[in-house]
Parts: sequence; structure tokens; C-alpha cells
Amino acid sequence: MSIKGKAYIAGVFEHPTREAIGYTTPQLHAECAKGALEDAGLSKDDIDGYFCAGDAPGFGAMSMADYMGLKLRHMDSTETGGSSYILHVGHAAEAIAAGKCSVALITLAGRPRTARMGMGGGGGGPGRGGPPPGAAFGEVPEAGFENIYGGSTHNTYGMCAMRHMHDYGTTSEQLAWIKVAASHHAQWNEHAMLREVVTVEDVLASPMIATPLHRMDCCVVSDGGGAVIVVSPEVARSLNRPLVKIIGAGEAPKGPRGGNDLDLTYSGAVWSGPAAFAEAGVTPKDMKYASIYDSFTITVLMQLEDLGFCKKGDGGKFVADGNLISGVGKLPFNTDGGGLCNNHPTNRGGITKVIEAVRQLRGEAHPKVQVPNCDLAIAHGTGGSLGTRHGAATVIMERE
Amino acid sequence: MSDVQEAPKTRRIPAPATNTESLPFWEAAKEGRFLIKRCGECGKAHWYPRALCPYCFSADTRWEESPGEGVIYTFSVMFRNTPVPYAIGYVNLDEGPAVLTNFVDCDLATLEIGQRVKVRFQETEGGPPVPVFAPV
Repeated sequence: MSIKGKAYIAGVFEHPTREAIGYTTPQLHAECAKGALEDAGLSKDDIDGYFCAGDAPGFGAMSMADYMGLKLRHMDSTETGGSSYILHVGHAAEAIAAGKCSVALITLAGRPRTARMGMGGGGGGPGRGGPPPGAAFGEVPEAGFENIYGGSTHNTYGMCAMRHMHDYGTTSEQLAWIKVAASHHAQWNEHAMLREVVTVEDVLASPMIATPLHRMDCCVVSDGGGAVIVVSPEVARSLNRPLVKIIGAGEAPKGPRGGNDLDLTYSGAVWSGPAAFAEAGVTPKDMKYASIYDSFTITVLMQLEDLGFCKKGDGGKFVADGNLISGVGKLPFNTDGGGLCNNHPTNRGGITKVIEAVRQLRGEAHPKVQVPNCDLAIAHGTGGSLGTRHGAATVIMERE
Repeated sequence: MSDVQEAPKTRRIPAPATNTESLPFWEAAKEGRFLIKRCGECGKAHWYPRALCPYCFSADTRWEESPGEGVIYTFSVMFRNTPVPYAIGYVNLDEGPAVLTNFVDCDLATLEIGQRVKVRFQETEGGPPVPVFAPV
């Protein structure tokens, strides 16, 4: 296996400016992208992979993808300073060779010269006159129009829940069942922050944080961390550990992309899920266990629908009555107690989703929550905010 | 100044980050005018305003004044970590794009999805006023 001959460079563009007075950095990125597309004879909608580094303002690749209105199935914001873009060519070739994208855009842009002169105004970032060279935090394109409104994870996910309830009749009771299921699992986890089993009534009686989400609809805040080692088949077989094979993966960002046809009732899982299932050659029905990112109860409900575990809008019925409780329901989820009860290290729950799925596939989960003969599992997450812009990621694993 | 003061009715809004790309918007905001951007090539309006159209990538994006009217797409009333509850949400403008904003000058308990709202501008802490929306 090699990238040799598996990918080509079809378009390039070098911006003519050397002193970008009157420009913003996102604008420069977009103009570079436009120039390279024109050179290649491609259009923006052909792009399905995007690569950028620390000079791209915003949260990973997501702000710039949203600024440019990109629809992606692959993204990479690996940062190695000035060499990033050469590395990105290699990564893009790997992604294309693996069939993860077919048209990859790589951009670099910045204006350390005009920013230092205080011209062009980064605004709001470090130093006010603009960001220091290499740092793009002051030029996050959406910042001026969004950061002023007091948006937090709580109320931006609250907006999603509110609209989901409006469109599909989802109820607070149904959302509460997700927390109830997590608490049933957490009681067996000696490290879990919240081990007490709670009821739907407990969730509804907890204080309102951001309508319609109660305190118990929200995940914990915790310190901690995790790590994962991914190896080749040869290495895996040389080790004395159960074989947990990765059989499918998908990813996708989602954002307002210009604001038309805004729909906050679905997440990027509508793209990342089908891509992962297609690669794996399995379906949601085949999953014995699901790790689903649970920053909030609504996060779980929307992602279960989007991944295809039930029809869009039926998530409320699907999660109710203990259907997510191991040994009770049809789809055991987050058997470590998840973010809702166990932990949410550095406000990022993705890695713990992979770890508990691996425990299940190895048969190493707590005996009270271990799924019998667990041979297929999914780990899925959402980063950023479902209410503004986020990145969805799905991995499907099989015990060999 | 420990005298009892009336609690603020609305949340204080920090100064927005401004830049050359958004400057005309903020200049107009100072005059109480609400601008959006529309593409001269594909004709679509978009939000937040960009130099290049997020739909067709044309650099021919033009400012236009909008009456700032639309309907509430969704909202959430925030109670945590704030001296005064406030509502964040999206308005679907009549021109098409959704705008993230605060809903003000109303009883937050009566807000409803689908309710018609109109833009007004709220002072910020040391910056230009920002668009917020109130029921009509």
C-alpha cells in the first residue's frame, strides 16, 4: 500500500498581494481557493476534502469551511507550522487513495504585515490591531456576528432541542430517558462522577439551564483524559489483546453555510454515519452497542436519528422506556455512564466514546453492563455546537 | 455605590469584533440601518456578510438594506451564569438567511417559534450597536 500514483495536483494559485490592506484573512483564504479552483477548471461544489493549519481562523477547519460554504466528507487541520501544507498534500493523497475524498482543497493565508501595521483590523483578538503572525484567533469570520449574543453550548443545543420539539413533538420526558439510561450504567462505574440512579421526574425537577434543557440534560464538567493506539493488522496479531478491527469511518462538518434553509434538527451524522456504514458494509440494525456523544440529552437523540437507528423525528419514542439501558433495551449506549454521568474530559467527549466501545468489543465492560457477544459497535461524536457549526465523526468497529 | 439599583432588564452586550470585511455593516448599524449581503451573480442573500458568496464563490457580493423582518426559527432562554435571563435564537429573515441574535423588549416566557420579529439595534460596551430582534 502506497500513495504512489494515487493522487494528482490539478490546481494551484499564489495570491498576488504582499500587503493586504482592506482584506481579512478568511477573505484571502477564499480568494486563494477560488484561484486554485479556476486554475484546475473545477467549481467550489466539487470540493469534498479541506485541509488547513493554524493560520486558518476559527475552530479547526470548521469556521473556514462554513465561511466558504464547503460541503465536505473529509477534513484535516494538522498543524506543523510552515510545513503544514506540504504535509497536507501527503495527507490529501492518503485520503484520496483511501476513497475518503476526491477533490481536496488546501489553503494558506494570512496578513502579519498589515496586521502589525494595525490595518485591516482583525478585531477582538489578541492585540486588537490583529493577530500576531501565525495566530488567527482575532479573525474568526463569524465572531463579530455571533459571539456577542451570549451563545454557550447550553443555549445553542437548547435551540436545537426547542426546534426538534416544535417539528417532531419531542418531549422533555423523552429527553430525560437518555439521562436515566446513562445513570443506570454509571452506578456500576466506580470512577463515574454521578453514580446515583435517577428518574425521569428527577431530570424534569432539576433546575432549568437553557430552555428546554434542565441541569440533568447536561453533561458533567470533568478533568481527565484518554488515549487510543491504532495499529496495523500485523501488529494487532502480534499482541496479546482481543482484535478490535476498524471497519468504517465517516466525517462531516455542518454549519449555517450562509444561513439559507437553516435546519437545526439534524447533525452532520446524516453524512458521516452513512459513509461509515457503507464502508463497513453493515447497518445500524447490526450494531450491538453504541457510544454516542452525550454533551446533552438532545445530542444523543438527534445523532441516533441521523445515524439511522430510527426515523427522523422518532428519536423521542426510540429512547423512551429504557430502550438505551444495557440488558433492558434494544440499543445499549454509553455503558460507562457517558458524559452525562461519568466524565467529559476537557469538555471533549470523543475519546471516551471510542474507549467504552473497545471495552464492550473486548468483553471488558463492567459485567452488569457488558453486552453479550458484542461483536459490532459504533462510536459517534459531534464537536463544536449543533446550534452553530460542528464536526461529526463516526467509527465502526468489529471484534474479530 | 451600594444603593439598591434596579436590576438590568437585558444582558449587556460586549463590543463586536469588526474588520474591513464587515465595516460597512457596522457603519450602517450606527445609523440604525440593517444591511445584508446579496450575490450579484447567483442572486442569493447570505448571512453573516462575506466578501465572497458562500453559494457560488463570486466576489460580486453587494450590500443591501433590509427591513430586518422575519420569523423566529428557534430560541433558548438562558438562566445559568447570568444576572438576567436572556434569549438567544435564530430569525429567518424574509430575504432567506437565518440570523443568530438575541430577542429583546418582550416577556421571554411568551416567545414562540414562528413569531414575527423585527430588527432593532442595541448599544454595546464600547463598540457599534448590534442587531437584536423584538416581536412586532
